[in-house]
Amino acid sequence: MKRIIPREEYCIGCRLCEIHCIVQHSKSRNIIKAFKKERRPAKRVEVEEHGHVSFALQCRHCEEAPCITACLSGAMQRDGVSGVVVHDSQRCVGCWTCILVCPYGAVRRDGEGKKVVGKCDLCPDLEVPACVANCPNEALVLVEE
Amino acid sequence: MIGRLEGLKSYLLPQFLIDRDDYRCIRCEVCARQCAFEVHWYDEEEDAVFADESKCVGCLRCATLCPTNALVVRHNPTQHPPNANWTREVLQNIYKQSETGGVLLTGMGCDTDYPIYWDRIVLDASQVTNPSIDPLREPMELRTYLGAKPDALKVGRKGGKPSLETRITPQLKLETPIMFSAISYGAISYNACESLARAAAEAGTYYNTGEGGLHRNLYKYGEHTICQVASGRFGVHADYLEVAAALEIKIGQGAKPGIGGHLPGEKVSAEISRTRMIPKGTDALSPAPHHDIYSIEDLAQLIYALKEATHWSKPVSVKIAAVHNSAAIASGMVRAGADIIVLDGIRGGTGAAPTMIRDNVGIPIELALAAVDDRLRQEGIRNRASIVVAGGIRSSADVVKAIALGADAVYIGTAALVALGCHVCQKCYTGKCNWGIATQDPYLSKRLNPEVGARRLVNLLRAWSHEIMEMLGGMGINAIESLRGNRLRLRGVGLTREELDILGIKHAGA
Repeated sequence: MKRIIPREEYCIGCRLCEIHCIVQHSKSRNIIKAFKKERRPAKRVEVEEHGHVSFALQCRHCEEAPCITACLSGAMQRDGVSGVVVHDSQRCVGCWTCILVCPYGAVRRDGEGKKVVGKCDLCPDLEVPACVANCPNEALVLVEE
Repeated sequence: MIGRLEGLKSYLLPQFLIDRDDYRCIRCEVCARQCAFEVHWYDEEEDAVFADESKCVGCLRCATLCPTNALVVRHNPTQHPPNANWTREVLQNIYKQSETGGVLLTGMGCDTDYPIYWDRIVLDASQVTNPSIDPLREPMELRTYLGAKPDALKVGRKGGKPSLETRITPQLKLETPIMFSAISYGAISYNACESLARAAAEAGTYYNTGEGGLHRNLYKYGEHTICQVASGRFGVHADYLEVAAALEIKIGQGAKPGIGGHLPGEKVSAEISRTRMIPKGTDALSPAPHHDIYSIEDLAQLIYALKEATHWSKPVSVKIAAVHNSAAIASGMVRAGADIIVLDGIRGGTGAAPTMIRDNVGIPIELALAAVDDRLRQEGIRNRASIVVAGGIRSSADVVKAIALGADAVYIGTAALVALGCHVCQKCYTGKCNWGIATQDPYLSKRLNPEVGARRLVNLLRAWSHEIMEMLGGMGINAIESLRGNRLRLRGVGLTREELDILGIKHAGA
């Protein structure tokens, strides 16, 4: 499956990955509207920083994903074709157990309602996920494993 | 103490103003995070991004990375009282010095408006009587060799086949007549050095270590490395000489002829200390002269010492700044045994130099090149050394003109750094390069990914090489070596008789 690999040594901490992730998961996918007019979706990637060490972290799509095991309603599933861990908001009951069990902190609350969580979906509509495509220093790379 | 150095109200105006389009600004703070000069900051109470323009150096990192193009950085249009003599630059320099009591420092090359002769020289092209060549259809040779060439070739026969009897001294093989200038590890980041090394290896050319020694991780690019031996002798040891493809003795630098170098102790990190072989945190001072070179004979001694130390296996180059009597000095250099002579013109760059030196000392490279090539030809020793020119080569057209004027190849420094992201803000000496080039700050130097950097440099060389082939083809020439010193293919535009005489070219129309 496709995976996003962060390269700590080249991450410059600009957080453009976060910004373009938000735009890609917004209603209009227009950067100004997404940030200033619409409900702003949760970012699915977060830059972790300590001094000059930084890297962008998103869902690792674990082989044995604790979020899938923990999900009460079957909302968190693995896509049989792509292998991506996906979240079905229709089935989600909003218990947020997935948020508690994720060892990377890569699942977040998203939106005003209680039910929905946001997590990296590898941008299914794009050939290259928005965070990878917009990293100015190639500190995020998409690999096929 | 004759002056009070601190606590004075500054009379300096911000050099740049920053216009932020509030509709476009999404408060993402990329600008704030990317500016090492701390110009931008976000105010939560106002939900707005502010800027302290007095700190802005105009490197355009913020404007380039802003995802909504909300930023316009522009030259401060505030006018000083009109005066051709007391210009804005002159006044601002005096304000600065009256506040600091210090020597004015700057980076990069001379930015004053001395004539750029490249822009006053035009190239020839074939029409009707001599056919031009299409480089996409016919072979075109950009390969060239640097090093001493024999006075004559003696060909004998061995087993019925012709064989070369003349011993050829070591040569550097260049796939394109463009190399990367000497820029030290210390002046630029490790990632910038690695970008240059990888690009040189991939493009089949050479980069130069400057006088900062060679980081042990870069020894693997040794075949594409010219190792410099300069007045401070930093990082010079047996392995360093051994691994290089060629050695270069640096006498002078175009940006600061007659001046030594000074890498401040703050930049001498553990890695730089190991590479330069000096204690961590100490200033690296390069003396203005080599203390063992006070004559051509002394220079010859060092050239032969280096040749002897490396078993006569590699060419030795000598680099000087282009100055008034370059031609006579170059003649001495060739007679001292230099295989390659490098001339660095007044527009050559630096990591740090006193502004007055950078902008007032030295001569344009075009004139120095023409004078040196003429002199070596007159003396019948032009074949004994290759000529490489540096300092202000900005495009493939400059390369072609330099070669037609008599150069064997060129060095590019500023152009290479621009390919890596440099915006020529001239603040290299601050160590805060926002583009990750002229800095040792680990937070900043990681901004230059050497994989990306090497790719950009290789692309630049490829693009220039294609353009050089087109220009050669247009002149009906199919090899770069056939153009060397072919000044008949050049014409001057708007030049005086004296300038034309020095350049050895005719005026357009003649």
